[in-house]
Amino acid sequence: MANKIPRVPVREQDPKVRATNFEEVCYGYNLEEAQLEASRCLHCKNPRCVAHCPVSIRIPDFIEQITKGDIARAAEIISEDSLLASVCGRVCPQENQCEGSCILGVKGESVAIGKLERFVGDWSHANGATKVNVAPSNGKRVAVIGSGPAGLACAADLAKAGCEVKIFEALHKAGGVLVYGIPEFRLPKDKIMAKEVEKVKALGVDIETDVIVGRTVTIDSLLDNEGYDAVFIGSGAGLPMFMGIPGENLNGVVSANEFLTRANLMHAYDPEYDTPIFKGGRTVVVGGGNVAMDAVRTAKRLGSDAFIVYRRSEEELPARKEEVHHAKEEGIEFRMLCNPLEIIGDENGVVRSVKCIRMELGEPDESGRRRPIPVEGSEFEIECDQVIMALGTSPNPLIASTTQGLETTRRGGIVANEVGATSRKGVFAGGDAVTGAATVILAMGAGRQAAKAILEYLAE
Amino acid sequence: MFKILEKKQLTTDITLMRIDAPRVAAAAKPGQFVIVRVDEKGERIPLTIADYDAAQGSVTIVIQAIGSSTKKLCAYAEGDSICDFAGPLGHPSEFVAEDPAALADKRFLFVAGGVGAAPVYPQVKWLSEHGIKADVIIGAKNAETMIMADQMRAVAGNLYIATDDGSAGYKGLVTGLMSELIEKEGKQYDQVVAIGPLIMMKFVALTAGKYSLPIIVSMNPLMVDGTGMCGACRVTVDGKTRFACVEGPEFDGSKVDFDEAMRRSRQYRDLEERARKIAEERAAGHKCKIGLDK
Repeated sequence: MANKIPRVPVREQDPKVRATNFEEVCYGYNLEEAQLEASRCLHCKNPRCVAHCPVSIRIPDFIEQITKGDIARAAEIISEDSLLASVCGRVCPQENQCEGSCILGVKGESVAIGKLERFVGDWSHANGATKVNVAPSNGKRVAVIGSGPAGLACAADLAKAGCEVKIFEALHKAGGVLVYGIPEFRLPKDKIMAKEVEKVKALGVDIETDVIVGRTVTIDSLLDNEGYDAVFIGSGAGLPMFMGIPGENLNGVVSANEFLTRANLMHAYDPEYDTPIFKGGRTVVVGGGNVAMDAVRTAKRLGSDAFIVYRRSEEELPARKEEVHHAKEEGIEFRMLCNPLEIIGDENGVVRSVKCIRMELGEPDESGRRRPIPVEGSEFEIECDQVIMALGTSPNPLIASTTQGLETTRRGGIVANEVGATSRKGVFAGGDAVTGAATVILAMGAGRQAAKAILEYLAE
Repeated sequence: MFKILEKKQLTTDITLMRIDAPRVAAAAKPGQFVIVRVDEKGERIPLTIADYDAAQGSVTIVIQAIGSSTKKLCAYAEGDSICDFAGPLGHPSEFVAEDPAALADKRFLFVAGGVGAAPVYPQVKWLSEHGIKADVIIGAKNAETMIMADQMRAVAGNLYIATDDGSAGYKGLVTGLMSELIEKEGKQYDQVVAIGPLIMMKFVALTAGKYSLPIIVSMNPLMVDGTGMCGACRVTVDGKTRFACVEGPEFDGSKVDFDEAMRRSRQYRDLEERARKIAEERAAGHKCKIGLDK
């Protein structure tokens, strides 16, 4: 019986060692392990995993090819629906999606779909690109804004359909949040990300970096002067939020975006690079999401004693279980049910401590989670040298504010319908720029959906 | 890659470079800045735009070699290329969008300190091209460190010079010269714009306040991306936190918290200093009484 085999554990770097380096935490499966794990799939008649995948990857079909040893075919099956297998296999919240719905998970452990997807993605990087058919040119030109997951996915689908596609990237490197936000130890940049970007370029997609749409060019100038027939906005949610508490502008208080951008995009952890970053001391990270985990684990690797401060309990941590588990293994301290009231500085205006108050959980709020309530008189201080605010991000208003007739929501998101059409004809949008901060796979799904809608629009 | 079309040494540590950047040149307006990354290992550094020519597709920057990154950039030669040149960033100066009729009667006084003469130049030039002759004060330590006086003279109404040692023009600070122009020469202004070191902008703002003159300053804080993503450039204006990169760089100088800005400009020097101390104390086995070693 296939389901008698326990889930094949994945090899990982020793926590004590990895807490001091930026090498990848998880080594992934080898062929033997992947085949054993793949053999656990029950090949359900109505696979719930597929229904719970935002891009409907034919999961049992690619898994079947792994058991047969035809990894090239498995890669082809995945690439029909996703072009970022190596990325999504690493960063998707599978426990809430495919794996969360796997029938084996009801009584035991679900199939490790994410690890299998990663295995296939990495295999195809190592063994030559998966063959992709590109349609002959249809004479249409599309501009894609942003080279994150939404933009890359949209650009790839449009290029496959025969469009001439150019991606405009504001930063100096393509990949969006996958290069500036997610750390090297979760998603290797040269080994994986650069190759994923190369795959998209191989379809004929051109990427121009250092172009800030809304400043260097505008959507109107792309449509009117540069001759693009349609535009896709996948500019993400890059604006960091702060708490608005006293002391937030002291030296040593940074947004998670700043800290991670310095470490990831600018390689500040590598002494060969010029960008500075704070190393050592004690670092408090405020927040409980995946970005908070990325920041705190990066701080740890830079030699800090690192803490998470979160106002609810561990139960409510929005970060993936795997990330929390990895963080704990690496020696991160979790201070749950406490909320910063003020950041206190020394005589030079450099962070000295965070003044917090203990919280308790009350009735559930509109998010369904129990509302944290301050416990009166429970204030205390955590001494530290650096405070990193990981409170979430919102869409950057730069594009919306410089484009005529582009509607936005109260929270700054671009208004788009279910296929990505905005209030402006010929302008489509998807991913975090529309929804606010969400996941890589949802952004990729939105990019693909919009590509379909753009092709229909261009055919009109 | 972006080619250095022209390089000129303005003073011993100030260099002018004209960069081939057609997109930036076509979009640039007075008051905006660029982010430059010299090579693959370089920092992203914000630099003000000193001039731009859409027809030639070139943008001029003026760099003072003070840190390791600016020194690295200044070591590049004419004909070399730099990795990245992104912009224009930030909002253009307010007057660019003002009603030309209302603008025509406005009497501007620009106060430029040190390398701040570079970003003042395109503003004065733009006004001149629109029929407005603005007065300009350039302040410098001495005649040798003063830059862009000749170009400025060609586009300004009156150009006044102030040097600390009196080796050119008025002997003293720009604020002293500013007071003299207003009080002794009876000059009248409707708008003061100050660009230069934070300490200078702080005192020009105070002087402008003394004469009830509106004052605009251009902030040049630490930045990483320059597009609103990192928040390193936080500036407190009128008690509120603003991102200088996307909401500035120009703000109402009477409302800027300059003391905080000066402190924030040394952020990484402070943190490096603290990191060094902690490492030293740890190495020495010292038990820190204030908890830095925990």
